[in-house]
Amino acid sequence: MKSQLSHVKALESEAIFIIREVAAEFERPCLLFSGGKDSILILNMAVKAFAPAPVPFPIMHVDTGHNFPEVIEFRDRMVEKYGLKLIVASVQEAIDSGKVVEQTGKGASRNRLQTTALLDAIEEHKFDALFGGARRDEEKARAKERIYSFRDEFGQWDPKGQRPELWSLYNGRYNAGEHMRVFPISNWTELDVWTYIRDAEVEVPAVYFAHNRPVFERDGMWLAVTEFLSPEEDEVVEERMVRFRTIGDATCTGAVESPAQTIDQVIEEVGATRITERGATRADDRTAEAAMEDRKKEGYF
Amino acid sequence: MDLLRLATAGSVDDGKSTLIGRLLYDSKSIFEDQLESIEKTSQSRGDEHTDLALLTDGLRAEREQGITIDVAHRYFATPKRKFIIADTPGHIQYTRNMVTGASTANLAIILIDARKGILEQSRRHAFIASLLQIPHLVVAVNKMDLVDYSEEAFEKVRLEFTEFASKLDIADLTFIPMSALVGDNVVDRSTNMDWYNGGTLLHHLEEVHIASDYNMVDGRFPVQYVIRPQSKSNPDYRGYAGKMAGGILRPGDEIAVLPSGFTSKIKAIEYNGEEVAEAYSPMSVVVLLEDEIDISRGDMICRVNNQATATQDIEAMVCWMSEASSLTEGSKLAIKHTTNWGRAMVKDFRYRLDINTLSRDMEAKGLELNEIGKVRLRITKPLMADHYDRNRETGSFILVDEATNVTVGAGMITSTE
Repeated sequence: MKSQLSHVKALESEAIFIIREVAAEFERPCLLFSGGKDSILILNMAVKAFAPAPVPFPIMHVDTGHNFPEVIEFRDRMVEKYGLKLIVASVQEAIDSGKVVEQTGKGASRNRLQTTALLDAIEEHKFDALFGGARRDEEKARAKERIYSFRDEFGQWDPKGQRPELWSLYNGRYNAGEHMRVFPISNWTELDVWTYIRDAEVEVPAVYFAHNRPVFERDGMWLAVTEFLSPEEDEVVEERMVRFRTIGDATCTGAVESPAQTIDQVIEEVGATRITERGATRADDRTAEAAMEDRKKEGYF
Repeated sequence: MDLLRLATAGSVDDGKSTLIGRLLYDSKSIFEDQLESIEKTSQSRGDEHTDLALLTDGLRAEREQGITIDVAHRYFATPKRKFIIADTPGHIQYTRNMVTGASTANLAIILIDARKGILEQSRRHAFIASLLQIPHLVVAVNKMDLVDYSEEAFEKVRLEFTEFASKLDIADLTFIPMSALVGDNVVDRSTNMDWYNGGTLLHHLEEVHIASDYNMVDGRFPVQYVIRPQSKSNPDYRGYAGKMAGGILRPGDEIAVLPSGFTSKIKAIEYNGEEVAEAYSPMSVVVLLEDEIDISRGDMICRVNNQATATQDIEAMVCWMSEASSLTEGSKLAIKHTTNWGRAMVKDFRYRLDINTLSRDMEAKGLELNEIGKVRLRITKPLMADHYDRNRETGSFILVDEATNVTVGAGMITSTE
């Protein structure tokens, strides 16, 4: 009798339990899907959680308009494969309608504007629970966030007033206008995610593996040349062998130099790395030590 | 590789954050950019050395005020195990925070400053660990460097603590002398304490036997979600999804469904869409039965010859977590137990426990924030319950304020009669 789960299986069972709990207790849940590995993982487990029935909630992409084409192609293929309902909350539309004003200049990012598009979509669709792929090992503010993260009618997170979270007894109760963000993979690390992707044969976008790409260096990160981002005059474009450790808005997600072309090579690299994934690849988290804390309080993911 | 959840209790003064920082640092679980960031903060504050405590103090408010607001989670792994640390602060909200952080822990570490010996808060932490039935307890006798690594100082703490612990229900108790600041006996063996023959803290964390921490005897399966595709390819599929909350279930087992009492036999158990030979805690599975009976969320599948008690009356120890209200006779609250929601009323307030002396205050009329006491509850519908000391999953519940929806109480069932 084995009767003891491996750590990744234990984490998987915990996540599936949380996903089912939300589906059972909330009226209108939705899965936030960026096309990044963490949201892919949750989608993968949601498919398993309800099989052979379909996933009983839609997925939503908060789209900054600055996408890697491979990621959009991947997203649409998953929607087709699992018969999902896709909602796109567009930051471009929010800009066009004058709801938000876009930053300009070097280092401009639509990252913060996602919050408006997200909160508008939550209101429009009356979602009461949103699954997110946040993990506590990613960032200091996230390390203190509950799995069920309560948000008031403005979508705000109150770090000091969080509900105690005990045993597996999640409290999903809320009043009208409030909602819950739910993070089923809170307890996973980057290495756990990759180990699971390998063991469960989860498909992820090709940009996670090493490939040649024109990039330029900014603030110690390799940024990809895309139609949304061009180098400044003093920045030199080079072709490098890179991969992405995180996938977000193409203008602020950096690539890392890497020879890792297979999943085993990625796992080996992640296991040996000495830099956190956000520290290595997210310009948006570098603006201030408490950048994530401040954005979360405003209603960010 | 398996998973060990641990909780740490102690105040900043005991060197708790430093201990966690040391554990992460010496096991190479700290990343360069994290270290750089805390080095910067340390320098700008004018600290003498890099303050490893900054690694666990996450929020801006905490860094500025030098306090720890709430439970923080940390992760590290060695080739032997993956660890989840719930780091709970030891200040005024100690009880609420520790209960929150430690409810699912396999192991708790209580820090004691070797110079100060056992304080009131050490007793509190030990009591809460025993109340929560955390299977393994480690007493980290810290700051040994400040008592000249004296065996006598360590022995004094060990004897005193052991005596106090004999009044509690603690199954496995280990003492380790260490200095988190210098690194003695955290990850690396100390060369300063030849008289100590035991292992380092990390060695203990890697080796402690946790396979029997889960209840493997009483088959308990709270139904969480009913899967009924009613599709062309699966017209008759009816699966009961949930997480095992005790014991082992296998295809062919004779089962009873509570509270109805209907019986059937397990046809198959599915894990991720594939049939498996057995299900045990904490697996999330789907159970399929031979007979079509009416089962919904909140029901519980047990073995016919070993059932939970379906009851509307329970007695429980409750830890009260609200500063806005108190728990008294007549209080009405929402209650969640396994996958069941109901309403509960306090029929009888029995006593408040003084957690420093373990004496019962029979005169007390209720519980305020951070207080613990025994109550008798009447529930609007039957719960399928076990005693908490038999099963942490089916013996626990939360109480929720019906107006604010805030979780205000943590309950541990002591009687189902």
